[in-house]
Order: sequence, then structure tokens, then C-alpha cells
Amino acid sequence: MPEGIDAAVGLDARPASLRKGIVAMTLAAAALGVLGACADKSGLPRELAGADPAEGRRLIEHAACAACHEIPGVAWPQGRVGAPLAGFGKRPLIAGRLPNQPAVLVRWLMDAPSLAPDTGMPPQPLTPEEARHVAAYLYTLR
Amino acid sequence: MSGLGDMFAGWPPPVLEPGGPFAGPVTVLAWALFAMAGIVLAIVLGVTAAALFGPRRWRARLAHERLILIGGFAFPVVVLSALLLWGLTLTRDLSAEPRPGEVRIRVTGEMWWWRVAYLDPAGREAVQDANEIHIPIGRPVTLELEAADVIHSLWIPRLSGKVDMIPGRRNLMRVQAEKPGVYPAQCAEFCGGPHALMGLVVVAHAPDAFEAVRVRLARPAEAPEGPGADGFLAAGCGACHTVRGSPANGLAGPDLTHVGSRRTLGAGILPNHQGTLAAWIADSQAIKPGNRMPAYPVLSGAEVRAIAAWLEALK
Repeated sequence: MPEGIDAAVGLDARPASLRKGIVAMTLAAAALGVLGACADKSGLPRELAGADPAEGRRLIEHAACAACHEIPGVAWPQGRVGAPLAGFGKRPLIAGRLPNQPAVLVRWLMDAPSLAPDTGMPPQPLTPEEARHVAAYLYTLR
Repeated sequence: MSGLGDMFAGWPPPVLEPGGPFAGPVTVLAWALFAMAGIVLAIVLGVTAAALFGPRRWRARLAHERLILIGGFAFPVVVLSALLLWGLTLTRDLSAEPRPGEVRIRVTGEMWWWRVAYLDPAGREAVQDANEIHIPIGRPVTLELEAADVIHSLWIPRLSGKVDMIPGRRNLMRVQAEKPGVYPAQCAEFCGGPHALMGLVVVAHAPDAFEAVRVRLARPAEAPEGPGADGFLAAGCGACHTVRGSPANGLAGPDLTHVGSRRTLGAGILPNHQGTLAAWIADSQAIKPGNRMPAYPVLSGAEVRAIAAWLEALK
């Protein structure tokens, strides 16, 4: 996970004056640091360069994503087949199994079965550019 | 763009923008009635103001019984009778009998979708379809309107006025579109539960394109074999739905032989692609509560997707 690597790099950069006697403590702190770093990152807005959340919302309505998902900002329909998407921008995992990162989400939106063969979510009629707009809107749901 | 933006172009339908000669008189009549009502309202408000605040002499005149007889009885009888006669004259061609050689399409209102049948010259149902009406541009088409259960009403605002669909009767509606395009329509008579979600689209084509559509719709499905077809039949979908060319021959629900080629799903309410098809199969009740198709909590995600992909391929 990129967060873990970042956190490790951060810890390695600490002053070298730490004594061997507290290596165990350092490792424990590192473990906490990793968790902390993850939490911090999941709270950050995920920016998609050039993607427009308003356009994403329009595409969501036109593709009728809400036929399966309850989506804040879309009044009807409010499908129950897929997960409700309120707070999606703060969720760590997509569909409970994949890291919630822009590149993963864009691919998930276009072709979910390629990432999870048993999913009920079919490939969607979105171009990569459109999928980026949709992802940008989903990341505004916090 | 993937064309998603065009799917619902023109929605909601502009009701005061006629798309053909049979909608023109309806629009004229609507504006005339608006204008008439506006004039009458202005007169009534003026007289009321005079009666409340006018000089004593005006008020004495207004208090006379003669005003009631003229303004409250004679005027409405004359004006409304004239409007009625004019309106009936104006709209008399809207439900005329079809002339020989004209395209005839039978549209049957069902709770809560539309059965569509293209008739041959002898008036027999030649091609079955649902929830989408294809017409050629530039010439009149007669829609024969029936109802299977309760009263429905077909309203294609840009092509004609509303005509009721009444069980046991056959009402006629003539439509003509001048330009190719998609003309949204709606059930305009409350018919229970999801009445508001009972729409359809009329698609107008250039004459040769219309012939191509009619030929395509008449063909059986070119259905690829595979897990989708197997899943469709195993789940029992064929008990209610027909896919010509497959063992599925149910009559209770919409014919799905060419469902993948339709512009909308669920009777004019959703764009039609394998995403919405999967949503509909898994739980149409969440989308259109009360419709006659149950949710299918017995299918796995992969099974739902396979059936949806197969239906999308039924062009």
C-alpha cells in the first residue's frame, strides 16, 4: 500500500539519534504511524486533475447509476442492489475489497468485473474521461 | 462522449411545441383557451373591483339582476358553446379512421407499460414490441389504443392530444412527425401504483430507416448462446417474457426479443444498458415500486450480469 511506504519513508527520515534500546518502541510507533498515515490520507480530498464533479453528477444521472445505488444529490431512483454511496469519499475500500484510489475507481466504474469477477456491477458505458468526472463527483461525497 | 447525454434529450417534453400537424390544432386550442380564460379573469376582477371600490352609480348598476343574467348566464353559454364547436371542428381529424395503406400500430396500455404491435394491411398483429413506438416521418400514422386492465391514456405532447385507453374499446389517435427524432410520451390517466413511471418514447425515422426498423423488429432474436441465455431461462424469465427464437414465450410482460435496441428501460424511465438492465433484474421494485416483476434475490452478481449482458445484445 502506498500509504505504508510513505509512512515507512517518513520514519526512516527521523533523526538517527534513536537508541537501540527503544527499537521495539520505534517499531510499535511505526505500526501506529502506518495506521495514522492511512487515516490521514483517507481523509484527504482525492483530486483528479481536469475532472469536473458537476459533469460527473450529470453523467451519473444520465447513466442512471442510482438504479442500483442510493446517491446523495440524486432524488430518483434510489436502488438497493449496490451499496449506498453517501460518504464514499471517506471510504477506504471500493466494494469492500479494493483500495479507494482514483485510478482504481476509474477502472472500477468502467469495468468492475475485471477487478472482481463475482461482482454484480456490470461494465458501464463510460469513456475513461467520463469515468474520471464520475469519480470526481463520488469523491465529493464525504 | 458515449451518447448517454442524448438518451434523454428532449425530456421533459416541450408540450407547447408541436412536432406535427395533429399537434398543431391542440396547441392552437390550448393557447385560445388560455387567452379566453385570461380575458374572462380580467373582466371578473375589474367588475369585482368596481363593485367594491367604484362610485355609487356603478355599484347600483352592478347590483342589478340583469348583470347576472347577461354576464353570468348568457355570456358563458354563448362563449363556451362557440369554443366547444370551434374546438371540435379544429380537432376533428385527430381520431379519424386510417386510410388504406397507412401505417397502423396497436398500443395497449397495461399496468404499467405499453404493449406495441405493428399491424399488417389486414389489421393483424404482425410484429410485437413494447414501450417504444417507431413511426415514419412525413405521413400520418394511426395508433389503435386499447387497454388490458384499467383505463390508461396515451399522451405524446408534441404529436397529438391525450386519448384515453379504455378496456373493451378501441380509440384511434393519428400522429405525424415532421422531423426524425425522439418524442417522449406518458400515461396521462391515473392507473394505480407506479402510474407516474409509465412512459414511453416515439421514435420518428426517415421512411427507409423506418422500413429497416420494421424488418429488424420482425426478425427473431439473434441471441448468442451462453451463460446469459441459460441464466435467463433457468430463472424462469420466459414465463412472463417472450424472446422470439428462444424457448421463452411468456405473454404477461413486455416482449424482449429486441430489448437491447430500445432507448429506455422500465417503460420510458431509465436509459437502457447492461448496468440498468442488471439493476432492473435484481430489484426492479426499488426502481418502480409496485410493478408486476418481482425482485430476484436468488441470482448471484455474476448471473445478473450475464443475463443483463445477454439482454443488451438482443438488438
